[in-house]
Parts: sequence; structure tokens; C-alpha cells
Amino acid sequence: MSELALSTRGLNKSFGSLVVAKDIGIALPRGVRYALIGPNGAGKTTLINLMTGMLRPDGGQIMLGGEDITALGPEQRVRRGLVRTFQINSLFPHLTPLEAVTLTICERERIARTWWRPTSNYRAAIDEAYDILKSLMLGESCYRQTRELPYGQQRLLEIALALATRPKVLLLDEPAAGVPREESAELFTAITSLSQDITVLFIEHDMELVFRLAARIIVMVSGGILLEGTPEEISADPRVREVYLGGAHG
Amino acid sequence: MTVTSPALTGPHQHFDAQIRWRTIEIVFWLATLLPFVVTPNYLSLASQIAVTALFALSLDLILGYAGIVSLGHAAFFGFGAYTAGLIAKWGWGEPLSGLVIAGLAAGLLGFVMSFVIARFRHLALIMITLGFGLLLLELANSASWLTGGADGLQGVRMWPLLGLFKFDLYGFVAYWYALIVLFVLFLVARRLTNSPFGLSLRGIRENSVRMRAIGAESRPHIRTIYTISAIMAGVAGAVLTQTTETVSLGVLDFQRSADILVILILGGTGRLYGGLIGAIIYMIARDWFSGVNPQYWYFPIGVLLIAVVLFLPNGILGGIAQLVDTERGRRWFGWLTSPPWRRP
Amino acid sequence: MMTSVFGVLFDGFAYGMLLFLLSVGLSVTLGMMNFVNLAHCTFGMIGGYVTVTLMNNLGWPFLATLPVAFIVAAAISVAFERTMFYRLYRASDLDQCLLTIGLVFVSVAVAAYVYGTIQQPVNLPNYLRGSVHVGGLTLGVYRIFLILFALAVTAALVAALEFTRFGAQVRAAVDNQRMARGLGINVDRAFAITFALGSGLAGLGGALAIDIVGLDPSFALAYLVYVLIVVAVGGLGSIGGTFAAAMLLGISDMAGKYYFPAIGSFLIYLVMISLLMWRPSGIFGRR
Repeated sequence: MSELALSTRGLNKSFGSLVVAKDIGIALPRGVRYALIGPNGAGKTTLINLMTGMLRPDGGQIMLGGEDITALGPEQRVRRGLVRTFQINSLFPHLTPLEAVTLTICERERIARTWWRPTSNYRAAIDEAYDILKSLMLGESCYRQTRELPYGQQRLLEIALALATRPKVLLLDEPAAGVPREESAELFTAITSLSQDITVLFIEHDMELVFRLAARIIVMVSGGILLEGTPEEISADPRVREVYLGGAHG
Repeated sequence: MTVTSPALTGPHQHFDAQIRWRTIEIVFWLATLLPFVVTPNYLSLASQIAVTALFALSLDLILGYAGIVSLGHAAFFGFGAYTAGLIAKWGWGEPLSGLVIAGLAAGLLGFVMSFVIARFRHLALIMITLGFGLLLLELANSASWLTGGADGLQGVRMWPLLGLFKFDLYGFVAYWYALIVLFVLFLVARRLTNSPFGLSLRGIRENSVRMRAIGAESRPHIRTIYTISAIMAGVAGAVLTQTTETVSLGVLDFQRSADILVILILGGTGRLYGGLIGAIIYMIARDWFSGVNPQYWYFPIGVLLIAVVLFLPNGILGGIAQLVDTERGRRWFGWLTSPPWRRP
Repeated sequence: MMTSVFGVLFDGFAYGMLLFLLSVGLSVTLGMMNFVNLAHCTFGMIGGYVTVTLMNNLGWPFLATLPVAFIVAAAISVAFERTMFYRLYRASDLDQCLLTIGLVFVSVAVAAYVYGTIQQPVNLPNYLRGSVHVGGLTLGVYRIFLILFALAVTAALVAALEFTRFGAQVRAAVDNQRMARGLGINVDRAFAITFALGSGLAGLGGALAIDIVGLDPSFALAYLVYVLIVVAVGGLGSIGGTFAAAMLLGISDMAGKYYFPAIGSFLIYLVMISLLMWRPSGIFGRR
């Protein structure tokens, strides 16, 4: 059996009397596409924050590819291959996409401390950045400042930045959030064409995207995991309908 | 960086274009030689402007590029100034080595402070920088056995530069000295901001949360740039001491930290030339109005600050850049903003 | 020796109360809207000059000028807020600093032009002058008045925060602005009122300060540093924190000047930097 790419055991977190994570245990095998769904406030983004180290858990364990990362900070988890994107774009407004992705690569390769050589010397890094942007259909607009890009392209840039870190596990927080229908096709292509070496967990409310992309679905409610299964099992389960699908906007 | 038409740009050209020397830059640096010919009576003012410009440049590196708001940067300026003065007073009047030592001393102080600076943000950071500046001023004031206190340092005598050029009252040598030091350190700053390190700094300024999420540790970067900035500010202070052969407490006071902030904001942060332009305009304006009661001088400065924040948020250079970035602007001024050997 | 310790404590306490009045408005508005208003002490200066003008030019009694100082400072602050400040609520720290510093510069120049740069004299009424002897100690009457007055104001503030609906709104907005808005609280209006009140209090503090620390145009800038120290150390949005920090600063400053006159303000800055490094959000801050 192949090693699990990412797993958690007994993850707990409360803010005073508000329990945001209740004994969360998940196990993601390598390369599988997982969707994480649940009503607003179920704790999905909180779980991502816990897994990436932005939040400290009150108890529990997080393992990345067999290594216990519970005590590590966010930067160190990224260096080990656990990367996330943000639900609301968190980009560099005045940098161009090309600069932003090149920056990510330079940090990854630890070139970013050199101040005596111009960036243009690092031709391999720039080429790699450009290739990533092209693969996400941003090749034309990567020379303009990020804040000038349409929202859908900014969402793609979120993913580009994550890809530039050479992730092993990619956590996408509502990648389609706020993207108008016309632009979501590119987003969809981008996610489906992600390499099979990368394990993907994505939070989504767009059920069409979920059923088309996910091999397995995890349902979260009120800080805890309700159940997990294949898309067919989930859509047939009466508990899920009651809790979520009945009121979903789709 | 403003956009150039995509047809002419590939990914490598995008970065190459940023470090090429533009015509307007060459014009600017040639223009700094004008005072020798046009206004030879004002060379000591020109030296002061060069010193202020270098100081503003050092602040731009931390404020414009890394986003660190410092209300106490005069601490390094003053530390470099006093170090250079004391070295000369104690018998070693050689300018260049004194300059290097003063710069390194200020850099050491900056390095120590950088560990504190890198850990804090927002109001706590502003207060710590302010407190540190005020602290150093108090120390200098109290340690009058060393610094001369309110009377300033006496007995600073400089040897001729390179053994040949004596600092005289006309300021001829002084201006050459200040200008060359400014230019050399400007080249360093220019290279730095166009390096991967410079890119990281801009990333920290734009979105420090995202930097963590791409696996970048911000603190070592902040410590590095803060130290480099301290060295530059210290060198600026040292040049002032060496060219005027005096040092007084004014090099450390809050007014100086506030003035340099105003100058940088006026010119525009994050463009390197902003501090230089701001320094030129501010110092010349202040010289013109030097007869006026100092309390009244701050009235137009206050109005200017308010106007800049409300209407011209990127300073003068930012405003100009916006003008030039239109179709018409590109046609008329494109030749200035691109390298001299290429047409836009 | 004991009497001098007590004397220093007493003077420090009075000075601390003054700093509290000057700082509390800034602490709450910073905590509510995160708006860095470096022009806060300008309102203190305005209050001071109102009192001076009313007393010296119009012959008003000292106590009667205090409410006017409060109202004028509050009114002018509302004018600034409606014309300029409201545009920068979502702007960066730096922009807010710069705009408000620009305002300070302008106000200092205007005050210098209208009133000159000399210290303004104020003639306290006879019943506030001199000192009383209590249990072997000599206590200044004015300082006693200052302490009692400021304590009364503090009590009123705390009562308003805890027991009125408006106070509850302010507390909610300081705690979590987004959620407060989500609950239907008109945060902008609450902020405008709080801002006016805070600036009025600063004006009151400025008027009361004339006899203790003097009044000249540099007040707006000189006391800004102290106010910022109190706010940063005490924690944003916390009245209790501001009170504690003001006391700490007032007493340390008095003690420093009395026992170690050679090092002057050095002690204050060192204490502040150390406290901030230990607790960056202030002693009672929560961010």
C-alpha cells in the first residue's frame, strides 16, 4: 500500500466555547482528488488553516508523507510540499504574475538571498515561471500588474503560485469562488490537468465542479466529519441531503 | 513597473528591461554635475542635498521596498556622523577609511536592531523605531563628555582626500566627494532592487501573509535590508560630518527622521529616484525660505503632506509615471523612459 | 525619604491622570477603526488655547472654560473627520500617519502665528492654588483637583461603556468590527461619536495641563510622543490598559526626573521599548 500523502488524527481546535474542529481524522492517498464540502461555518477553511500551520491545534497530529509535521511552522510545511491557495485572493497587487511566480521559484531554490546579481541572470527560473503561467493560460497577461487582471485570471494566479512551490499536496480553498461562469472553464481545465503526482484536496460549493473533479468526497458539519465516500455514495446518502444538498445553491 | 507592449516582450525581456539604464536616468546624473558650472557659489548646499539624497535612498530601501515604517532612521545617520567625527577628532583624519568605518559601525548597530525590527509590525514597530531614535538622542545628549552635548563635537579636522584634495570653504571637493559616494551607493541600491532579493522585499511589502504561504521566511530578508539601509544612512551622516567638519545633536533628532520621511513621500517611494528628487526639491525650497521663522516653514510642509496623501499618493514621481503611462504620454516621453539605444 | 517617595508618587499619579485624559480617546479610536490619528494632541492643544483665550481675553473663570474646551475640541475634530479622515479609514498605516502629521504641522504653525511661541500663562482661581498638608505630606491643591476630576471622568467613561447601549456598541466594534457590522450596528456612526468624544477629552486634558506642563505650539508634537507611548503600551481599545500605562508612564517620568535627572527621558524610552518587546499588543491589548 502506498504511503499516505497527508493524514490527520484526532485534530481538535476550539475558540473558547466555540468548537471549530472536532476530532478530525482524514487519510489522503497519493494522487487522489478529494473534495471537502459542507455548509458555511462547518470548519472547512479552519481545517486547512490547521493543516498548513496558520492555526495551532489544541490536540491531534498531522502527518505529511509519513513525517509528523504538527510542530512545524507554515513556511517549513510549504518547503516539505504542503501548499494551499486562498479563498479570497491573497496576491501581490503591484507585482506582475511573472514576477510573482519567479519570486516563488527563487524562494524555493533559495536564490532569494542574493542581492548582487540581477534577476534577469536567472534564466532557468524565469523560464520555469513562464511555463507554469502558460500552462494556466496566463502567458499573455503575465506582464501586467496583478491588480489589473480580471478576477478569474487572478484565481488562476493563486494556483500558479502554489504550483511554483512544487507541491506534493495541494489544498485549494474554493478555487472557483467569485469566478464568473465564462471564466470558470479555464479554471476547470487547470485543475483537471494538474499532475497525477500531486494530491489535491479542494473545498468547493459548486457541486458541478465537485462531481466532475473529485474521486472521493468528505462532508464536514459543525467542525466534525459527517462522512466520506465516492460521489455516488455521497449524493445518495440521506444525511447529506438533509444537512447540505437540500439548501445548496449549486 | 509599467507595461510595455506585449509584442516586444518575452519573459526574459520583461526582467532585462527593468535593469537597463534609461535616457532620463543618464540625463539626471549628468545634471547633477551642473552645479559646478552653473551655480559654483552654492556647492556647499549641493553637498548637503547629496547627503540628504543618500539618506532618503537608505530609507527608501526599507520603506519603499520592504514596507517598514521607521520614525527613527536618523539614529543611524547620527551614529555614522558621530563615529566619523570622533575618528577624526582622535587623530585619524583620512576621509575614505573614516567613511568606511562609520558606515560599518552604523551597520553593526542596524544589524543588532534588525533582530527587534523584524519581529514586530504596525503600531508596535512604529513606536519601537521612534523610541529607539529618541533613546539615542538622549544618550548623545547625556554623554556630553564624548559627544560634546548640545555644543557639538569640536576639533574635527579632515586630511586631504586621497592625499591631494583638501576640503575647502568653497565646497568644490566636498561636492565631488558627496556626489561620488551617492552615485556609488546608488548603483549598489539599483542592483539590489533588481535582484531576486529585491523581488522578495517587494513581496514582503505587498503581502507578507502570502510570503509565508509560498514558504518564504521574511525575517532574514528584513534583517539584511535593515542592516544595509543602516550602513547607507551611516555613510550619509559621515559624509556630512567630513564635509562640514562639525557634528551636533541635530543629526539625531526626531525632526531629521520626520524630514527625511516627508522628502521620500514627496518624491515617491519604491522608485529609488523618489528620495533623490524629493531631497532636491525640499532642500532648495527650504534654502529659499530660510529667512522665515522655522515654525512657519512647517505650514506649507503640512499642507503638502496632506495634499500628497489625498491627491498624489505615489508622490511626484508616481504622478509623473501615471501621466507618462498613457498613450499620449508614451508617444511624447517614451524616448526618455527607455534606454537611449532603443526606440519604444 | 519616605515623604519624597510619596511626593513623587503623588505627582506622578497626577501627571498620569493627565496623560490618561489625553490618551484615552486615541486608544479607543485606534482600537475601533485602526485609524492612526497622530493629530490627536492637536485637539489637546486646541483645548488649551481655548481656555487661555477665554480666561485671558474674555475674563472667564477657569472652571467654566473646561466644558467649552471639550466642546470646541470635539467640534473641530468632527470637522476634520468629515472632511479628511473618513477617506482614509481603509488606507495604509503610513498614509494615515502622513496625513495626520501634516495636520499637526499645519496646526503648530497656525498656533505659532496666532498666539506666538511663548508659554501661555494661566491664572488659576485662588481655591485651586497652593497646597494642603495631609499627614506630614505637602500636596498641591491643583493636583488633587486634577486627580479627582480625572477619576470622575474615568468613572463616567467606564459607566457609559458598561451600562449604556451606545457603550455596548463601542465595545462590540472594538472587539470585532466585521461582526459588529454584521449584527447591524452602525459602526461608522459609533466611531464618529467616539472620535468626537475622545478628541473632546483630549481638549479637556490640554486645558487642564496648562498649569502642570505649560502650553505652547510645540504641545501638539511634544506630547504626541507620550500619548503614543501610553497607547502602544496600554493596548489599543482598552480603557483599563490606557489607565495603567498612563500611571506607569507618569510615575516613571516623575521618578526619573527626581532621582536620575542626568538621564532625563532615557528611562521612559527604555521602559517603553522593553514593554513593547515583551508585549507587542500592549499590556492589555489583544491583537
